[in-house]
Amino acid sequence: MDTPKSGEFAHIGKSVVIKGELSGSEDLYVDGQVEGTIELRNNSLIVGPNGNVKANVSAKGVVVQGKVEGTVNATERVELRKSAVVNGDVITQRISMEEGAFFKGKIDIQKEPGKAAPVAS
Amino acid sequence: MALVSENVMKLFRGSGQSSAPAVPQKLNRRSSGMAEISRLLNSQEALCVLDLGSTSASNIQFLTEKGHKNYSEDLLRASLDPTLRVKDEAGNWATDGKRFLDENLTYGNALFDIVLCWNLPDYMEESLVKPAVDRLWSVMKPGGLLLAFFHTRDAGPDAPCYRFHITATDMLEMQEIKLPAVNRKDDKNSLRLQRVFNNRHIENLFRDFASIKFFLARDNIREVLVVR
Repeated sequence: MDTPKSGEFAHIGKSVVIKGELSGSEDLYVDGQVEGTIELRNNSLIVGPNGNVKANVSAKGVVVQGKVEGTVNATERVELRKSAVVNGDVITQRISMEEGAFFKGKIDIQKEPGKAAPVAS
Repeated sequence: MALVSENVMKLFRGSGQSSAPAVPQKLNRRSSGMAEISRLLNSQEALCVLDLGSTSASNIQFLTEKGHKNYSEDLLRASLDPTLRVKDEAGNWATDGKRFLDENLTYGNALFDIVLCWNLPDYMEESLVKPAVDRLWSVMKPGGLLLAFFHTRDAGPDAPCYRFHITATDMLEMQEIKLPAVNRKDDKNSLRLQRVFNNRHIENLFRDFASIKFFLARDNIREVLVVR
């Protein structure tokens, strides 16, 4: 999942601060600050390099380039890019992590039926 | 043979030259301690493992594909948080050990079956080592295993600090850690060896644990496997 082009994702810019419950049915790119919860059941969340999310996140896929504090629950996959700083638990089927990513918490891999759970660096 | 052993010695002593390669090299080492840990990982299911080294995708993969739960906490990096530095009553800089323990290793009692300490005690500030080991005792299950590495003799403060990636049941890939600028106390980007523990020091450090086993490796590293 690459960084989205403008228009592909709903976009929260780096000067925006949101406190509360955020839910939606489209993909979301957060480069600002969000505190509360983020729920995008069938869609993806990208936390941009300036993004600072203090929230429990539920989404199909989650890509982190910035900071996340809270539980990340992704039904498909989580990607931690090299600038990612994640403090909290991750529950997902697949996780990939770039060299330099910082993670503090528990990783719970939910295996797909009949498949091993891959982790890539 | 002599050349090989000299090269291996350099890994833990540091070459003494400042012309380190820009990209940290990865080196492999066989680990008897890891082999013992792997025996436990292979014989039981759904173990709780705490990895105190730098975040490693290899370790997460190795542990989670066997069905174990992986907790990751880079304790060395956490100990270098500049906001932990406070002035004591005499006006000297010290690390706030109470706050360090309030913010790190905050798990329930008797949660972990295995703790991977790697070379943490050799590189962490001395005042934090014993309190951290005591906290580990409380978060480990009775009978749980802890693996730690210690230098066997003074390798000099510039002996490189490695992060460890598990690549097989008894094989580790070592990668030198370079500090981000925010964690540096000086202009160097390498972690410094704080001290060398002898056998007696190590036994004291883990005196509350049930048993301790030493593996002396050829590369002047003493692997220590401790049973809670």
